[in-house]
Amino acid sequence: MKFFGLVDGSDSSLRKFLASLPAVDQVGADSRAAMLATRSIKASSKRWAIDTAIRMVDLTTLEGADTRGKVEALCTKAVRPDPTNPDVPSVGAVCVYNDMVGIARTHLDLIGGQHVGVAAVSTAFPSGRASMSVKIQDTQDAIDAGASEIDMVIDRGAFLSGNYIDVFNEIVAIREICGDKAHLKVIFETGELVTYDNVRKASFLAMAAGAHFIKTSTGKVAPAATAPVVLVMLEAVRDFYAMTQVRIGVKPAGGIRTTKDAIKQLVLVNETAGPDWLTPSLFRIGASALLNDLLMQRMKMDDGYYASPQYVTID
Amino acid sequence: MSNRIDVKKTYKLYINGVFPRTESGRTYEVKNAKGDFIANPCLASRKDLKDAVVAARAAQPGWNKATAYNKGQILYRIAEMLEGRSAQFVDEICAVTGVTKTAAVKEVNESVDRLVWYAGWSDKISSLTGALNPVAGPYYNFTIPESMGVIAAIAPESPSLLGLIDAISPIIVGGNTVVVLASNKAPLSAMSFAEVLATSDVPAGVINILTGKKEEIAPWMASHMDIDGFDISGLNKKMHTDIKVAGAENLKRIYSFKAAEPGRILAFLENKTVWHPIGI
Repeated sequence: MKFFGLVDGSDSSLRKFLASLPAVDQVGADSRAAMLATRSIKASSKRWAIDTAIRMVDLTTLEGADTRGKVEALCTKAVRPDPTNPDVPSVGAVCVYNDMVGIARTHLDLIGGQHVGVAAVSTAFPSGRASMSVKIQDTQDAIDAGASEIDMVIDRGAFLSGNYIDVFNEIVAIREICGDKAHLKVIFETGELVTYDNVRKASFLAMAAGAHFIKTSTGKVAPAATAPVVLVMLEAVRDFYAMTQVRIGVKPAGGIRTTKDAIKQLVLVNETAGPDWLTPSLFRIGASALLNDLLMQRMKMDDGYYASPQYVTID
Repeated sequence: MSNRIDVKKTYKLYINGVFPRTESGRTYEVKNAKGDFIANPCLASRKDLKDAVVAARAAQPGWNKATAYNKGQILYRIAEMLEGRSAQFVDEICAVTGVTKTAAVKEVNESVDRLVWYAGWSDKISSLTGALNPVAGPYYNFTIPESMGVIAAIAPESPSLLGLIDAISPIIVGGNTVVVLASNKAPLSAMSFAEVLATSDVPAGVINILTGKKEEIAPWMASHMDIDGFDISGLNKKMHTDIKVAGAENLKRIYSFKAAEPGRILAFLENKTVWHPIGI
């Protein structure tokens, strides 16, 4: 059924659906996220969490100064994060700007990284301020170049001024282009959405429009993936699953730099959406510096002494 | 008689320019020479050490890049701040160690003077120990001492303040950053000294001070891959061999000193030689 039978694609039905969502208890969300952050994960559980987190990383470089060399180095690292230890799993995907997709895909295939996806940030990332035809062309280009995942940004201006249907239609249009070729991740830029109610609304809007993943942020705006925001989004995918029997993924991005942060995210997933979501196909972490810290923690667990950043690659 | 209840100071750690409690939540009792209770400072864990090393590593490039003049000024500023609060340090040293007031005043004064002495070295080290080497070719050939990176140090049990300053100053004056474990029996002046540092324009992370057990922290300092050098002057001789063995695994420079001397500064510097073509 189109849009899971939740809306019929009209402005009024979308408004009615979004208005029917219960408000988020802000104090409750903050305190639950803070409480879950105190969980202690040690020894074999920690080892499992580190390897799971590595498999969930979307290794990201989104800089104006990105070069072919940097993207290729990133791809090499994505396939074999620790060159000295073949036991370390590959990451989930590399996340690059549109024009780097072809370079990334070619290099990954060359070095035996066929299992690592390429995610392209699309639709005039990070601001989303471009005409629809440009956004469509942007997405089409990325898919043609071999992107298997599209990270699109929503038009926050439209969302905040209440033009939900514009945001909805944009997601539907991009989803159509993605078809079966690419997974669609919808970025909300939660730092600009201001309230948790808006985050919940945006989550349900994107899921009804056909997103495969909902993603917190571009990484260009602070605050990014704070624990309560991720909690609200995980509750949204859990509730959406109860409504539709469809599992939508969640991708926090931005501000997750340490193993501790990553493990806190995994605890949130397990306790909110449930253990079914503890897989790279339903949970990803957008990060660049995080991977080195995960590797250093892994070394510490193997060797019994603290590792140095001098023994992992500089990004 | 006054009914006022004393407001006691909580002695915490000093990491990255702030005063966190130990991650472990542990404390231990400090008693004076007569056995009366004085305070409950933090019993730092290896994770506090890890945090301190991360802070020190992050601060090192910035501190290394500061001009020699600037580093000297900051050390001198620490001395100024310490001088201004000398009465508090005298009281703390008397309370914990039971020495006479005269002896405590002497230690604090020496501490201030020692800081000024190290401050003076800042812009002289490279002139005095660097060299212009004669080479058989059209090159200027310089050898200049450069900082090593992150250095750990164990301050001696006594004198608790002067010993701490002797551990910290020579390390930072050359552009290194430091993680120091203060005297176990008399850590109060170390943590009050951290308050002096926090008001002396020392960039966050350049000096990090932990309180706790040497036997517990020293082996982690020795094996930590991201610590480049280790001053074990304050460590019991019996532990030296084990620590040196652990440090050898990661090629750490480990030294122990008896007194304040310029050699303490040079120990944590590395000579870098530059060949520069003449006429270009």
